[in-house]
Amino acid sequence: METLLQGFLQYIINSLQWGSFYALIAVGYTLVYGVLLLINFAHGDIFMVGAYIAFFISSMLITYLGGMAGGWTLVALAVPLTMLLTACVGVTLERVAYRPLRRKGAHRLYVVITALMCGLILENGNLALLGASRKKFPEMVDTIVLSIGGASITNLKLLVIFAAVAVFLFLHWIVTKTKLGMAMRAVSFDKFAVPLMGIPLNTVIVFTFILGSGFAGLAGLLFAMSYPILEPYMGALIGWKAFIAAVVGGIGDIRGAFIGGFLLAFIEIGVASVLPSSFRDLFAFSILLVILWIKPTGLFGVAKTTKI
Amino acid sequence: MQKHTFTIALFLSCLGLVGLAQYNWLDQYILTVIMFMGINIILSSSLNIINGYMGEFACGHAGFMCVGAYVSSVLSVAIFAKDKVFGAPMLPPDLAWIGFPAIILAGALVAALTGLIVALPSFKTRGDYLAIITIAANYMVISAIENMDIIGGPRGFQGMKRVINSMYDVADIPWMLIWIIIGTLFSIFLIRRFVTSTYGKGIIAISQDEVAAEIMSINTNKMKISAFMLSAGLAGLAGGLFAHVYGYVNPQSFSIMKSTECMVMVYLGGMGSLSGSVLSAIIFTVLIEALRFIIPEVDSLMHSIGILPDSYEISQVWKWVIIPMILFFLMQFRPEGIFGNRELPDSFPKLRKFYSFK
Amino acid sequence: MPLLEIKNMTQRFGGLQAVSDFNISIEEGQLLALIGPNGAGKTTVFNLTSGFYQPTEGTIFFDGKPTAGLKPHQVTAMGIARTFQNIRLWHDMTVLDNIRISQHYRMGYNIFDAFLRTKRYREQERSIDNTAWEMLEAMSLKEYAYERPKNLPYGLQRRVEIARAMSIRPKLLLLDEPAAGLNSADVEGLIKLIRWIHTEFDITIWMIEHQMKVVMSLCEHIKVIDFGSTIADGTPEEIQANPVVIKAYLGDDTI
Repeated sequence: METLLQGFLQYIINSLQWGSFYALIAVGYTLVYGVLLLINFAHGDIFMVGAYIAFFISSMLITYLGGMAGGWTLVALAVPLTMLLTACVGVTLERVAYRPLRRKGAHRLYVVITALMCGLILENGNLALLGASRKKFPEMVDTIVLSIGGASITNLKLLVIFAAVAVFLFLHWIVTKTKLGMAMRAVSFDKFAVPLMGIPLNTVIVFTFILGSGFAGLAGLLFAMSYPILEPYMGALIGWKAFIAAVVGGIGDIRGAFIGGFLLAFIEIGVASVLPSSFRDLFAFSILLVILWIKPTGLFGVAKTTKI
Repeated sequence: MQKHTFTIALFLSCLGLVGLAQYNWLDQYILTVIMFMGINIILSSSLNIINGYMGEFACGHAGFMCVGAYVSSVLSVAIFAKDKVFGAPMLPPDLAWIGFPAIILAGALVAALTGLIVALPSFKTRGDYLAIITIAANYMVISAIENMDIIGGPRGFQGMKRVINSMYDVADIPWMLIWIIIGTLFSIFLIRRFVTSTYGKGIIAISQDEVAAEIMSINTNKMKISAFMLSAGLAGLAGGLFAHVYGYVNPQSFSIMKSTECMVMVYLGGMGSLSGSVLSAIIFTVLIEALRFIIPEVDSLMHSIGILPDSYEISQVWKWVIIPMILFFLMQFRPEGIFGNRELPDSFPKLRKFYSFK
Repeated sequence: MPLLEIKNMTQRFGGLQAVSDFNISIEEGQLLALIGPNGAGKTTVFNLTSGFYQPTEGTIFFDGKPTAGLKPHQVTAMGIARTFQNIRLWHDMTVLDNIRISQHYRMGYNIFDAFLRTKRYREQERSIDNTAWEMLEAMSLKEYAYERPKNLPYGLQRRVEIARAMSIRPKLLLLDEPAAGLNSADVEGLIKLIRWIHTEFDITIWMIEHQMKVVMSLCEHIKVIDFGSTIADGTPEEIQANPVVIKAYLGDDTI
């Protein structure tokens, strides 16, 4: 009985940690979709770029400050730097790839394809420039294993879960309390009303990309700290899955991204604990498909009524 | 007579190709490239039914290809070859060349049925949500096959070479090339006839205005099923041929990456243009192969003039930077693709004289 | 037996009652109008009639048969064709194709006939083609057969849309604000066109229209709804004199 409870607790902890990664990435998909109605297919790769940026920043910090500052200070420095630089990548993508198309009034599909291609360019460009050798992420803080009711949890896992909760609260505050955040919500309803509120549309869009990519960078850093092997294709699968999580939650809704992310993690880890882990993807995707079948717009999504 | 010029020319050039292969005037490498060209033509034109004519955004085409590849491979090995798992051949291997088309079609049929995974949700779901379903379907197929140990699981499946070899025992002609030419022509023929019939044009109506289509008496659900099944079935056909050219299949060769290749070809050629799809598949195949040679040349050139540090080498990975880059610029400057939604004779009306392929 | 009979039809969207207790009985050969202020639920009535929505309550009988549970394409195949308030042609296809494809309801062949180009396929395609050209001829659209609707002026687009609906050979034609967005010369043409269709094809026409000129010169019977409920019913003269209707259109406040 005791072990069953322990096992269950461990399951919850692990799922929460994985779910946090999914949620942090999914929120980027959702934010951009909410504003531009664009699936930013490059987002998974922005997460990957974030992990690499985190790698370079951490290595640098350790080289220059390693002797002077403690591990947590380094992490505290690495987090904003990584988020900032990853946000720059996201915004660059917006400026170089998406905005010119938007200005031309191109069909939405062309922007989606461009996004997909940008993802490929990031992935393979990274591989081509940095080579195929995997990068080992430097260890900044010592892992401490805590025990809660017999289940073990590392300080890193706690950090990841804490980060996801903090991001959720922060975003919730942004979209309900700040003017820019409210403008973000307004854009998805009516593109033309926002300039009337005195906020240029492009500012809102850039802000959205800063938020989304910044959190992808954060996820990249945390992921690299937890699983310290980096490779250029690391963002592809997790990106697709986070996207699916966002859709199942109801794309365009911040709550949906978090719920969807955690749901996906609970399903995956649940399946992996009873079946061989190779069945994980099969079951996770089948269950998600069934959810979409029953509720085509996702859990929190609002059906768009067709008007004739 | 003049109206059949095109058909006759096509037929003669196919015959010529087979002849060249028969008397070994064609390099084995060039032959392989030509065969992949044929497979790519089937893939791009069949995906064009969904992503072009019907205006959906399906990104899991390789999943159906995978189903076709595995079903036909397993069937052909089980029926016509001696195998560790499946034992002695069920039919004499001498008959392989007769049974082969049926096996490929069986693979296509199963792939078409798998297409229902996407077709049924498409009744209620469109656009981005349908895109996700297609991606999920792609992953599900791969994952399902990886979990089937009897056909090799993640290690892949082989033995098809033995079946092909038993065809060579019957007659020494370039069998695979012939099958691919037949398969390609067959696919183009089906798609062409589908999208030019009033029946098939229903899917174009769905892409332009689904509400109007339903209210103007088009059974949209039925049309979607037809389109998805035809598209998936032909992808399965391409998969079957692909498996037999290689003689080996592996679930990971049908990943999202392969699906992306198919999409690149469709959008390069133009949505809703069959000639565009054919042309872009040819360009794409040639480009991939050309880059294989160009990249080392560029590398040595840049090293010899000293732009690049010695430690860095331009590798083949750049291919997959250059190709997305091409599509990236295409979307910026000519987003409708090479042909838009027009066909070859629309752009060059003089061709019509030689052409009654409708 | 009336051609179309709607009994106690109610439609609710969430808490909103878009149409409440709507009744109408249309005889064959009538030409009548449904009018009402903006947002009164007129288009919803048409959407319900054409099967795009299923009514929350009530029944619709067309030609003596219930349409409940039928999909829009099945309802259309029974003989109800319609046009849309905002023109919904297939803008990237030729006018000819627009009219050809609308004949899907009588597609007497399946996908395999299309692959094999069987005799059945050839006969059907020929007959579809003939109908399309006849329709283009009758609606004097022949010269635009190979144009794309998006390149045509608005008035012509309306005409194409009506031609597309007529190619279904309907018994009942629903016109949703056919005069919307037309200039006064086009409106004159439209009135003539509708009158001509009504006598030439001998069909029943039911239209939603805001322009009183159109309604008054064409329709023998008018039904007025507001907030989903019927507020008046009668001949054009009766409606024009009805105080309830005037109040609905002009509002309560008398200056």
